[in-house]
Amino acid sequence: MTSAAKRGFDILLVLAALVAGWQALYHVAGETALTSPAQTVAYVGELFTTKSAMFGRHAWETGRAFLMALGLSYLIGLAIGVALGAHRLSGAVGEPILVALYSLPKVTLYPVILLVFGLGLSAKVAFGAIHGVVPVAIFAMNAIRHIKPAYLKTAKTMRLAPHQVVATVIVPAALPEIVTGLRVGFSLTLLGVIIGEMFASKQGLGFMVINAINLADVETMMAVALILFVAAAIANGILLWIDHRLHKRV
Amino acid sequence: MSRIGWIRLAVLLALVALLEILVRIGSIPYKTMLPPSEMLTALVRLLAAGTATRDIVQTLTCVGAALVSSVVAGFGLGVAIHRFPRVRRALEPFFATYYAVPFFIFYPVLIAIFDLSLLPIILMGFAFAVIAMCIATINGLDRVPRVLGKVARMHRMREFETAVRMKLPAAAPHLFTGLKLCVAYSFIGVIASEFILAPSGLGHAIAYAYNDFDNRTMYALMLFVMIVVVTLNMLLHGWEQRLLKRWHGR
Repeated sequence: MTSAAKRGFDILLVLAALVAGWQALYHVAGETALTSPAQTVAYVGELFTTKSAMFGRHAWETGRAFLMALGLSYLIGLAIGVALGAHRLSGAVGEPILVALYSLPKVTLYPVILLVFGLGLSAKVAFGAIHGVVPVAIFAMNAIRHIKPAYLKTAKTMRLAPHQVVATVIVPAALPEIVTGLRVGFSLTLLGVIIGEMFASKQGLGFMVINAINLADVETMMAVALILFVAAAIANGILLWIDHRLHKRV
Repeated sequence: MSRIGWIRLAVLLALVALLEILVRIGSIPYKTMLPPSEMLTALVRLLAAGTATRDIVQTLTCVGAALVSSVVAGFGLGVAIHRFPRVRRALEPFFATYYAVPFFIFYPVLIAIFDLSLLPIILMGFAFAVIAMCIATINGLDRVPRVLGKVARMHRMREFETAVRMKLPAAAPHLFTGLKLCVAYSFIGVIASEFILAPSGLGHAIAYAYNDFDNRTMYALMLFVMIVVVTLNMLLHGWEQRLLKRWHGR
């Protein structure tokens, strides 16, 4: 076997072990706690076919909130990151504050968001966005700050106009790190939106899961969790691929 | 304190003062936000009255349990995985996906298995933190210069001595990163779980106060969580700096 094939085989082995573990847990914990892998996949099929109207409504609600939150985190995060990266003093002052914000359990702040925005879509969007903004800002700030001074000096020697410096030097040099930040921000924004839905919402996939647990509807809970899990894993895989390619190029 | 430290303090104080003024003059409605000074007095009163003590003790116990178990298990796992490159290559895609999936979606499954006790809460904190420590350990061991192994052999050190006196200090910066992430993630895991569904604990108390329109208690408890997390981070940072200085002479 080639090394790539061997690695692929090993990865499949790990995946098989995970599914086997799930199956074993099902036998130990019983039907009231969780469904087996086969049952869950079958129910996922049902959600996409016979129950697609109901599932689609919730999925659309989550998707919409997530896209808005993502747009906001990227916009605000990049603005903060670029500003702090470009201005040395503000960066030195702001970085520890950003890092402290990153490690705060932001769930504690959810009630404040609810008080400010009220129940509903805007609260979810805001909550998702506050999760995503900080990593995007931190990565963008470091990306710009760590551009090699030689690049900028070369640009100066070549007498590039400011817009040329941005387009041909700063953006290509900082892009790989910025994209890493966007990837981390993507995951955290999704996490924020889902937690927001689990705590105070009447719509969305997070609500579906928490509602299912309250109704002891194990099938729905497991199936929706699996769908979210797989969707997030695929999205991350794509972003990771882009990320690696950009890092290799430089 | 350095000049930058003073500027940072001034910026933070200005932000707090701005919030205080905005609430006092009514630009931010009183029912949405308390002035920071009142949050502080509410917290002092709450702590003196002792009504929140049980929740505080419970949450800190859960965080402590999650933190210790995740650091120990994550470190052990990291060391073990680092020894077997084949296992490591197979696990890498799973590590890269781990923090990209909205984990809390599985909290209800844990409740279904273990009932509504402290165990699912601790497990969430553990699960959220353990992989960060594991990844940090692997990264740290990767960065141990090979010459250190040769030096150890020249001095005829035993394996244990090599590990403690050579590898550990060399890997320390990454281990500290892991430790700091573990602190943040255990807090997030525990408090978010308590928030979503729990019989007691700080997260639950905050959610309960929110549902009860009891802003005073809610903001007091939020302030408490912020103070604890920030203080803990600062202590860790100080300890890190001191140890690194001793080991690396910087």
